[in-house]
Amino acid sequence: MRLLAAALRSPAAVLGLAIVAVFLFVSLFAPFIAPYDPLKTIAPLQLPGASAPDGGHFWLGTDLLGRDILSRMIYGTRTVLLWSTIATAAAFAAGVLAGLLAGYFQGVTDTVMSFLANTLLSFPVMVLYIIIITSFGASGTNIVVAVGFGSAPVVFRITRALVMDVRERDYVAAAITQGESHLAVMLREILPNVTTPLIADLCLRLGYTAITIGVLGFLGLGLPPPTPDWGSMAAEGKAMAIAFPHMVIFPCVAISLLMLGLSLLSDGLREAAKRQVRT
Amino acid sequence: MSPAPLLPSQPLLAQPLLAVSDLDIRLPRGADRQLAVTGVSFELREGEILCVVGESGSGKSVLSSAIMGAVAKGLAIERGRVLFRGDDIVTMPESERRRLRGNRIAMVFQEPMAALNPAIKVGAQVEEVLLLHARSSPGERRAKALSLLASTHLPDPARIHDSYPHQLSGGQCQRVVIAMALAMNPAVLIADEPTSALDVTTQAQVLRLFRELKDVHRHGVLFITHDFGVVAEVADRVAVMQAGRMVEIGETRQVLDDPRHPYTRQLIAAVPRAAAKPVLASVEGPPAIELTHLSKIYQMGERRVVALSDVSLSLAKGHTLGIVGESGSGKSTLAKLAVRLVAATSGAIRIGDVDFGSLAGGALKAARRKIQMIFQDPYGSLNPRHRVGPIIARAATLGGLKSAEARERAKQLLSLVGLAPEAYDRKPEQFSGGQRQRIGIARALAMNPEVVLADECVSALDVSVQKQVLKLIADLQSQLGITLLFITHDLRVAAQVSDFIAVMRKGELVEFGPATEVLVTPRHAYTQELLGAAPGRAWLPK
Repeated sequence: MRLLAAALRSPAAVLGLAIVAVFLFVSLFAPFIAPYDPLKTIAPLQLPGASAPDGGHFWLGTDLLGRDILSRMIYGTRTVLLWSTIATAAAFAAGVLAGLLAGYFQGVTDTVMSFLANTLLSFPVMVLYIIIITSFGASGTNIVVAVGFGSAPVVFRITRALVMDVRERDYVAAAITQGESHLAVMLREILPNVTTPLIADLCLRLGYTAITIGVLGFLGLGLPPPTPDWGSMAAEGKAMAIAFPHMVIFPCVAISLLMLGLSLLSDGLREAAKRQVRT
Repeated sequence: MSPAPLLPSQPLLAQPLLAVSDLDIRLPRGADRQLAVTGVSFELREGEILCVVGESGSGKSVLSSAIMGAVAKGLAIERGRVLFRGDDIVTMPESERRRLRGNRIAMVFQEPMAALNPAIKVGAQVEEVLLLHARSSPGERRAKALSLLASTHLPDPARIHDSYPHQLSGGQCQRVVIAMALAMNPAVLIADEPTSALDVTTQAQVLRLFRELKDVHRHGVLFITHDFGVVAEVADRVAVMQAGRMVEIGETRQVLDDPRHPYTRQLIAAVPRAAAKPVLASVEGPPAIELTHLSKIYQMGERRVVALSDVSLSLAKGHTLGIVGESGSGKSTLAKLAVRLVAATSGAIRIGDVDFGSLAGGALKAARRKIQMIFQDPYGSLNPRHRVGPIIARAATLGGLKSAEARERAKQLLSLVGLAPEAYDRKPEQFSGGQRQRIGIARALAMNPEVVLADECVSALDVSVQKQVLKLIADLQSQLGITLLFITHDLRVAAQVSDFIAVMRKGELVEFGPATEVLVTPRHAYTQELLGAAPGRAWLPK
C-alpha cells in the first residue's frame, strides 16, 4: 500500500490507476451498466448512435447478429479481467515458487529448473498456445494452462535473479546461523524483499495476458461462443471491417486502453520501488 | 621506510592557489539540515597537502564537488566564492569551468575500480585526458602516457598501458587514476578518500606517492579523509569539518598535538591506538573454540583456488582473538567456515565439547546457537522488512525461548546495548549505522552464544561511533564472559580489543600469539610490514 501511495506521486501512474479502476468498475457492475442483454439479438448491423426499437440508442452500434456492441464490450471486460487475472496468478504462483527454490538452493535444483524454463521459453509461444488449446479444446482452464506455460518461465527467471541477489545479504546469513529452517529463510527473509519488483511486473504481465486472451479469441481459440470477449468480437467483425469498422475498432481500443493503464501503473510502481531502495 | 616529515621541509609560498570564502551550499528540502556546507573559508597554497577530515555527512565531499565546479543535482551554492588564482569558479560560465576541470583542477576518486572504464585499456584512458585538453599526435600521447604511468611508480609501464583495469590490482588502478589526474599537470589536485578502499600496505605506498608528487610538481593537494592516521602521514595542514562547518584549521602538528576545538579533541581521542591491551588473563581450561587443519579449496573447472589453507587455532573461554589480514587473506572465509555458512573442504571445528564441524541436519540447527555472528555492513545485516524487536525476539525464539519470554529478552537486550525501548517497534531504516550495529549485537547475543564472531563489525562506522561500539563489545564481553573472534583489517583496532592476535595472508595463518608479543616483537616479515604500514604510526595520540 505504501508502494502504491508512493507510485501515485507520478501523474502518469494516477492516469494508469484511473484507467484500470474504470475497467474494474465496469466489470464489477456490468449487469447494471449494460443497456441490453449482450447475448440477445435485437437489430443487426446498426451504426453507432442508431436508435433502438425500445426507444434507447445503440451507442456503439450492433454486430452481424444484431447484438448491442456496447453491452457486449461491457460484459467482455468481465471475461478479460477475470481470465487474465486467474491466468496471471497461476503463472506467478508457479514462477515465484520455482524461482524461490532455484535461487535459494542453486546448484542442481537451479540447473534442472533453469533448463526446463529455457526449454519452454525457446518454444514459440503462439505455437505452444495453439497446440495446448487445439489438443484440449477451448475453455477457460486451458487458457490458464496455456498462458501459464508461456509466462511462468519468465516470472521464474525474474524471481530467480532477485532471490540470488537477496540470498547473499547478511540478514539471510544471520538467519541461517541462527538455525532457521530453509522454508523460514525463504518465506521470512527473502520473499518480502523481492515482492516489490514482482508487483510491478505483475501489473505489466496482467496487460500482456489480456492481449494474449484477445489474440486467442481473435484466432477462435478463446472462450467458446457466445461468451462476449473482445478478441472474438474483433474477429467476427473483420470480414465487414471496411464497411462497418465500428465492430472491430471498439474492442481493439479497449484492449489497448487496458494495456496502457496497466503499463503506466507498472512504470509508476517500478519508479517508486527504485526510490524506496535509494532512501 | 622512515616516517614522512610532519612539517614541510621548505617555507610555503604566500600565493594561494585556491581561496574559498564564506561558502554556503544548500541541501534539498527534507534533508537532515538546511546547509551541506556552512560559512566555510580556507586557502590552499602551492606545494601543500591540506587534509580535510570529518565523519560521514560532515560535508567534506560536497565541498570538493563545489571546488570542481560540479555540485550534485539538488544542491545549490547559495553564497560565497571559490577563487582559483583569482577567478571565481562559482560565477564563471560553464564552458570556462569545463576548461579548468581535469586540466587545472583534477580529481582522484575513492574507488579506483569504479573510476576506470572496465572495457578500455588503461593506457587509452590516460591518453583520452590528453586528447581532451591539448592537441598532440598519437605517438606523443603514448609517450606522455607511459611517462605519466612511470611517474606513479607503476612497474613495467608498457605492460600496464596495454592492460585492462581488471588485470591490475586495486593499488595499481589507483596509481593509474592518479596518473590520469596528473596528465595535464594540474595546479590543484582533489583527492576524495583516495586510499580508504586500499589495503594498508598499498595505502602506505600511495600516501608516499602523494607526498613525493607534491614535492616534485608543487601541486596544491586537497586531501579528504576520515582517518587521522592518514592525516599524520601526509598532511601539511589539516581542516576539521563537523556538520558542514569547518571547526578548526591549522598546521598538522599543532592540530594533532594541541587540538583547540572540542570536536577535534573528541575525534582524536577516538583514534584507535596501536598499543596492545595491557592485561592478559592467564590461559587455562579447555578451549571454547578450536579449529584444526581447516582448509577451503574452490575448484572451478581447471582452476583451483585455495581460500584457506590448513589453519589451526584455539581460544580459551572469555578471551578475544583478533584475526588480522588484508583483502584476500582468507579471514572472511575463515569466519564463514567457523559458523558453517560454507562447508569446509577439510578440517575440524569444535565449539566447547561439541564437534560442530561434523554436525548435520537438525543437530546442526540446534547447535548453531553456540556460535553467533556480528556482520560488517550495518545496512545489509538487518532485514529491512522486519521491525527491530521481532528481529531480536526471533533469534531468542530459535534459541529455545517461548514467544513471550523471547519478547522480554529482546527488550532487555535493547537496553543492554544502549537503545531506547521505543526501538522495539521501529524498522531498521530509522536507525543510524552505529545504532544498527548495536541491534546486530543484540541479535547475536539473543541466543546466549558461547562464541561470538565479529566480522569487520566496526569498519563501516565513523571513528567516534566505532569507539562506542568497541567499548560496548568489551563491556558485554566482561559482563557475559563471551569468547570473541574479532576479524579486522585494522591492526590498531585489533590491538585495542584482542588478547591474542592471528595474522593471515593469502589463506594462511602466518603468525599467532599473545597480542603483546605479536605487536611488540612480530616474528613474521609480513606482520612487521603490516605494523610498519599502519598510517600515522610516528604520531601517538595523547
